[in-house]
Amino acid sequence: MNHEWVMQSGWISQLPALVVIIPFFMAFIVALVGWSHEDRAIFLTEIGLLLSFLASIGCLFVVVEHGPVSYRMAGWAPPMGIEYRVDFLNALVLVVITSCSLISVFFSKAIVQRDFRTRKEHFYTLYLLLVTGLLGITITHDAFNLYVLVEISALTSYALIAMGRGRAAFSAFQYVMIGTIGACFYLIGVGYLYVKTGTLNMSDLQLLIADLHDSRAIKSAFVFIMLGTWIKMGLFPLHGWLPNAYSDAKDSASCLIAPLMTKVSVYIMLRLMLTVFTPSYVFSNAIAGELVLALAVVAIVVGSLKALKQTSLKRMLTYIIVAEVGYMVGGAWTATASGLTGVMYHIISDAAMTLCMFMAVAVISFKRGRDTFDVLPGLYKRMPLTMAAFTVGAFSLIGIPPTCGFFSKWYLLSGAIDAHAWHYMAALIFSSLVNAVLFFRIIEKAFIEPVHAAGAEATVIEMDEAPLRMTLPLVFVAISLIAIGVCTNYIVRAVIQYAIPEGVG
Amino acid sequence: MDLLLPKFNYILYVVLMMTGLWGMIAKPNLIKKIIGMAIFQTSLILFFISTSVKRGATIPILEHHSEPESHAHVVSVGDQLGDAVHSVATVAQHAVDPAHYMNPLPHVLMLTAIVVGVGTLGVALALAQLVYKQYGTLEEEDIISQIEADASQEDES
Amino acid sequence: MNKLALIVVFFVGGLLVYVAGDFPDWGDPTSPASTHVGRYYLENSIRDTHVPNVVTSVLADYRGFDTMFETGVVFIAGIAVLALLRRTVVQRREEGELASHHLEAPQSGVVVRTASRIMIPFMQLYALYVIGHGHHSPGGGFQGGVILGASLILHALAYDLRATNKLFSEKRVLVLGAVGVMLYSGIGLFCMLLGGNFLDFSVLHAVLPATDEVMARSHGMLGVEIGVGLTVMAIMYSLYLDLASHGHLDEGL
Repeated sequence: MNHEWVMQSGWISQLPALVVIIPFFMAFIVALVGWSHEDRAIFLTEIGLLLSFLASIGCLFVVVEHGPVSYRMAGWAPPMGIEYRVDFLNALVLVVITSCSLISVFFSKAIVQRDFRTRKEHFYTLYLLLVTGLLGITITHDAFNLYVLVEISALTSYALIAMGRGRAAFSAFQYVMIGTIGACFYLIGVGYLYVKTGTLNMSDLQLLIADLHDSRAIKSAFVFIMLGTWIKMGLFPLHGWLPNAYSDAKDSASCLIAPLMTKVSVYIMLRLMLTVFTPSYVFSNAIAGELVLALAVVAIVVGSLKALKQTSLKRMLTYIIVAEVGYMVGGAWTATASGLTGVMYHIISDAAMTLCMFMAVAVISFKRGRDTFDVLPGLYKRMPLTMAAFTVGAFSLIGIPPTCGFFSKWYLLSGAIDAHAWHYMAALIFSSLVNAVLFFRIIEKAFIEPVHAAGAEATVIEMDEAPLRMTLPLVFVAISLIAIGVCTNYIVRAVIQYAIPEGVG
Repeated sequence: MDLLLPKFNYILYVVLMMTGLWGMIAKPNLIKKIIGMAIFQTSLILFFISTSVKRGATIPILEHHSEPESHAHVVSVGDQLGDAVHSVATVAQHAVDPAHYMNPLPHVLMLTAIVVGVGTLGVALALAQLVYKQYGTLEEEDIISQIEADASQEDES
Repeated sequence: MNKLALIVVFFVGGLLVYVAGDFPDWGDPTSPASTHVGRYYLENSIRDTHVPNVVTSVLADYRGFDTMFETGVVFIAGIAVLALLRRTVVQRREEGELASHHLEAPQSGVVVRTASRIMIPFMQLYALYVIGHGHHSPGGGFQGGVILGASLILHALAYDLRATNKLFSEKRVLVLGAVGVMLYSGIGLFCMLLGGNFLDFSVLHAVLPATDEVMARSHGMLGVEIGVGLTVMAIMYSLYLDLASHGHLDEGL
C-alpha cells in the first residue's frame, strides 16, 4: 500500500481540495448574504455542507478503489508545497466530520432560531469555518498547515462556546488559555522537527526521522506534540477545561463541537504516531508506553466516576467524553493491531454516539426548558421518538450489541488482551458497568417514575414530541448507530485494516 | 557551558517562554494571563526566527539582474554551471548562493503564527470584557467564588 | 496552586533546555533547516515565480494555502469579537442598559486632529506601496493591511468612533473583510476552473494578457496579496472598534 495514486486530471482529481474549500468559501458567502437576508444563511450553510459531504464520499470511494490519493496545493511537489493526502486512515474520518456537521446543522435550526434572535449569520459563518478547520486537520499532510487549521478550529470553537449561557464566557476564557498552551506545545514539537530535518511534509519527515531515532530533540518533539494533542483532547489530568466548556456552550454549538473536536484531536495523535514517528519508534520505549496506558486507565476511571456524580444530562455526557478519550488513547498505546483498529473504529462510532446523545439531550432541553434529572419522569410518554433514540445511544455507550459501541469495545478489549494490559481491560469493563448503571438509572426514572406535578394528584401525560425537523435527524443517527454496528466487518475489511501500518503486532 | 554557548538562542527563548507560561497558569488576573499568553506565543516566534539565521547572510530578497548591462558577470557564471537548457541571462538569475541569504521558510511560518497570535489575543480580550461585564471583576478567585455562589443558590431553589 | 505552577514551569523549561544541546549552532549555514527545503526556495524562487523577495514567493505561492487560512484566521477573529461583544441599540434597550457615553467622548485637540489628517493620506499611500511592492522589498498584504488599518484607527483616536464610522461604516468593514478572503480563495477556485490545482497561479496565463506561466504566478500573488490587505485592514479596524467601544457602537446596523 505504499504506492499512491496521483490523479491526472478531471474534476475527480480536485475532490480532496474541494472537501475543504467549499465550506471555507461558503462561510464568506454566508457572512455577506446573511447580513441582509438572515434566513438564507442556514440554507446556504446546508448547501455548502452537503456539497462537502458529497466530495468526502467521493474521496472515500476513490481511496477504496485506488488506494491513497495525493493532492498538490498550488501545483508544487511536496515537500516544497503543501500536500493533501487522503488515505485509509482519514478517508472515513472525513466522511464522519461532514456527515455529523450536516446532520447537526439540519437538526439545530429551531434551536438556533430560539437562541439567536438576531445575527444568526455569525453563528453559521463560525460553524462553517469550524467544519473547515476540522476537515483541513484531517486531510492535510503538512505539519505546519495542521497547526494553522488547529488554530482555525480552536478560535471558532472559543467563539461558539462563549456565545453560550451562564458562565460560558469564563469557561471559554479558560479554554482559550489551555487551548493556546496546547497549540503552542504542538508548534514547539513541529519547530524541533523542522530544526532537525528541515522539512514540514509528513512523509518527508518520516523518511528523515528514520536516521535520527537517537536524537534527544526528536524525542522531546514527540513528547511536546503528544502533550499538545492531549491537552486539546482533554486527556486526564489535562481535562479540566472540557466539561465546563462543552456543557456551557449552547446546544446548537455543542452538538457540533462535542462529537468532533476530541475525535479529531485523537486523529491528530494517531496520524503523528503512525505516519510521522512510525510505530517502531513510538512503541520502542516500553516505560513510556506503560505510563501513557496508566494515564488512560486513570482517565477512564475518573471520567466514569465523575459522570456518576452529575445531576444534569449534558454535564454527565461531557464526563463520559473524558472517559472515551481515555479509551482511545489507551487503545492506541496498546501497540497492537486490534487496539489500533479499535481506536480508528471508535473515532467513527464515538462521533456517532456522542452526536446522538447530545442531540437527544438538546431535544429534551428544547422542549422541557432544562436538562437536569428532574425533567426525566414521564419522558417516555411525552417524547417517545426522542427517548427511543436516547436509549439506542445509551445502549451504544454501554456497549450492547448490535450497536457500534459494542464492536469498538470488542476491538479495544482484544487489543488489551493481546498487549496483556489487564488494568486497561479492567478499566474498559468498569466504565461499561458504570455507563450501564448511569443510563439504566435515567431510563428507569424516565420510564417508571410517576410525575409529581405541583398541586395536582394525577396528571395525564400527553405526547409532546419535538418538531419532525429535529426528531428525524435524531432517529436517523440512532439507526445509523445500529447500521454502523452491523457493517463493522465491512468497514474494517475495506478501509481500516489497510490503515494499520506494517510492523504492528 | 562551552557546549551551550553557540546554542544560546535555544535557551533564551525558553526563559521567555517559561515567563509567559508562568503568567498564564499562576497569575490570578485575567489580563495578566492574556499578557502571559502573548509572551508565550512571542517566544515561539523568537525560536523559529533564530533558526533561520545564517552567519553573514542577509535578508532573503535576491539580487535581481534582468538588465543586459550585467552580461559580463552572467557569462562567467553561465560557464561554470554549464547549463545548456536556459539562456545565459536566465542562468545568471538562478545562480543564487543560498549561504548569502537567510532561510525564508521560518519567516513565512512565523508571519502565520503572528497573525494567529493576534487573532487569539483579540478573542481573549473580548472574552475578558464579557467576563468583566458579567462579574464586575477580573480576578479569577472572585469570579470562581461568584460562580460557586450562583450554583449553590440554584441548588437551594 | 502556585507551587504546582512553579514545578510545571521548571519541569517544562528544564526539558526544553536539556534538548538545546542537540541542535545545530546558532547561525550555522549547514544546518538541516537551512539546507533542505529552505535552500530550494532560495535557489528556485526567481526561476519558478520571477519574485526576488523569497518570503513573498513562499508565502503567497509555495505555501499559499497556509496563507489563505491565515487570512481566514484574521476574519474569524473579527467575526468572533463582533459576535461576542456587539450589542445593537435594540438589544441593549431590551437588556435595560443605558445609552453609551463612549461615543460622546471628547475629541482630541485641534493640533492632534490636524496632524492626523495630514498624516493619514501619506500612511495610506505608503501602505499601498507596501502591498504593491511586496514582490521586491519587505512587505506584502499583511504588513500593508496593518498600516491601512492603523490609519483608520489613528483617525478614530484623533476624532471619535462616530466620525470614523461615518466615513467607513461597520457594514463596509465587514464586507471588505469577507471580500478580501473571497478574493484569495476565488482566485484559487478560478485556477481550478482553468484546469490547474487549487491556487496554481501558472494556469492564469491563459486569461492574463502578455504573460507566460512564470509571470502569471507573480501576478496571481499580487492578486492574493491585495485580498489579504483588504481583510487585514478591515478586521484590524473592526477589532479596535468593538474592543474600544465594548460593542456599543450604534451606527451601521
